[in-house]
Amino acid sequence: MSRIEARFRGTLGAFALDAEFDMPGRGVTALFGPSGSGKTSLLRLVAGLARTPGRLVVNGEVWQDEKRFVPTHRRALGYVFQEASLFPHLSVRGNLEYGWKRVPPGLRTLNRDDVIGWLGLESLIDRSPHRLSGGQRQRVAIGRALLSCPRLLLMDEPMAALDANARAEILPYLERLHRELALPVLYVSHALEEVARLADHLLLIEGGRIGYQGPLAEGMTRLDLPLAHRDIAATVLDAVVVGQDAELQLTRVASGSVELELAGLHGSPGKPLRVRVAARDVSLTLTMPQQTSILNLLPAQVVELAEDAPGQVLVKLALGETPLLARITRKSARQLNLEPGTPVIAQVKSVAVA
Amino acid sequence: MALPAVDHTAIILTLKLATATTLLLMLIATPLAWWLTHTHARLRAAVTALVSLPLVLPPTVLGFYLLVLLGPRGLVGGWMQAAGLETLPFTFGGLVVGSVIFSLPFAVQPLANAFAAIGARPLEVAATLRASPWDRFVSVALPLARPGFVTAAVLAFAHTVGEFGVVLMLGGNIPAETRVLSVAIYDHVEALEYAEAHVLSAGLVAFSFVVLLMLGRSGGNWQRMPT
Repeated sequence: MSRIEARFRGTLGAFALDAEFDMPGRGVTALFGPSGSGKTSLLRLVAGLARTPGRLVVNGEVWQDEKRFVPTHRRALGYVFQEASLFPHLSVRGNLEYGWKRVPPGLRTLNRDDVIGWLGLESLIDRSPHRLSGGQRQRVAIGRALLSCPRLLLMDEPMAALDANARAEILPYLERLHRELALPVLYVSHALEEVARLADHLLLIEGGRIGYQGPLAEGMTRLDLPLAHRDIAATVLDAVVVGQDAELQLTRVASGSVELELAGLHGSPGKPLRVRVAARDVSLTLTMPQQTSILNLLPAQVVELAEDAPGQVLVKLALGETPLLARITRKSARQLNLEPGTPVIAQVKSVAVA
Repeated sequence: MALPAVDHTAIILTLKLATATTLLLMLIATPLAWWLTHTHARLRAAVTALVSLPLVLPPTVLGFYLLVLLGPRGLVGGWMQAAGLETLPFTFGGLVVGSVIFSLPFAVQPLANAFAAIGARPLEVAATLRASPWDRFVSVALPLARPGFVTAAVLAFAHTVGEFGVVLMLGGNIPAETRVLSVAIYDHVEALEYAEAHVLSAGLVAFSFVVLLMLGRSGGNWQRMPT
């Protein structure tokens, strides 16, 4: 029963929404779309902060259907808003404990000190919210939401209001939550890098409708979806570190049958590492090049081609089961005579940690 | 100079009236202000206008209608008499009722402004943290609206201390029952006792100044242009 099923159909103000989705009851599901596409509206509907006709079942518990509408305060959810929205009349401790105090002790699924520790809030605990930096405030807001012991965590672009430094400060905490908690997270974002780094599952929304729902890796590499055509289009691979070379400062990772080498020492052997290959960093040849500076040469097969930006073609490749995107010029595609089924060698110029 | 005992009685009566009025107003104005800031009802505009009437009406008009309404032949007064209750005109209770209505906008407006200034977000946050509507009101709205409560209470108190017209129409001039400070001053002037009138008047001026000074310090009243 560990699933979240939702269907909302109606209008919120002047905005028409007709969204149906089904997300797994664990891991991070990114709700991705341009601004004005209805991401926040959908999140508010799930929280019960807004209302249209619909149906919502969270882990077998009905939150809304034709007959029932469970009010927000009776839904076991956590909500992190874009602005931290800390209570100015309470200290950091008062904010963190606001929800915690309202959870019956028997239903407290988390340890308070653990959460405070994970988010590095020990030293801030007696401060007043107005004496915190933007990143610190958002950490407190995340801790406050977690301490209400939710069964679903909703995050509405929690990093959008932060500058690059604060964002870099928060991301590791979010990744840590993702690793250490089984809690399902619905994460609204319009930043592809963030999604590529955090999400397992993807919901694409446009004009109040869900355009795609499924695994992240597939959603990012499907040529009929907008993500693959973004400038920063990339393939995300959930890999495992299989080796490190301290002298060459090189890390080798494997994802299924695909092995990749990337510069620098990342992660630790045996541990999972998510890596990202930008479509523009993949070039194609028909024969295995000899003597090249490119480390990763991967035999692949062309699956599909699609027109991209003017003069460019997006090629979807299969490396065994694993998809990979390559962005090449139309001229190259013609010269190599690429078509579905053509065997090629993918030259991966650079691999980044996601 | 020493004040006559009747003036002491008038001062104490005035403070009693202002205290009772302020306490009652807090109880009445808080839910009213909350409703005005949160309702989408069409009635809202009409209620706002009604609450604000005492700001523009001459106090004598208000006092006159209250006298008619609460008197033995009035709608409310007649009903009270039939129920075996004492009618309110020319009693302390009547003064309290008149003062509450007269000072209502002075309590409702700062509270409504304070509630509106909180915005929807803190209450939404509290709802996502499992706080029920009443819990949200007590644990979030009340503390965040605190400056509004201070302003409302101070204004209601001070305004009641300074009221004259409603008192004269509805309460008359009964020592220890309805003869408040402003009426006492009026009496002194009528009797050409300027010295006593001066003491009481100067006292009121000083009191009002100090109240407004404190209010200004606590951030209420007029906003300074941002620099």
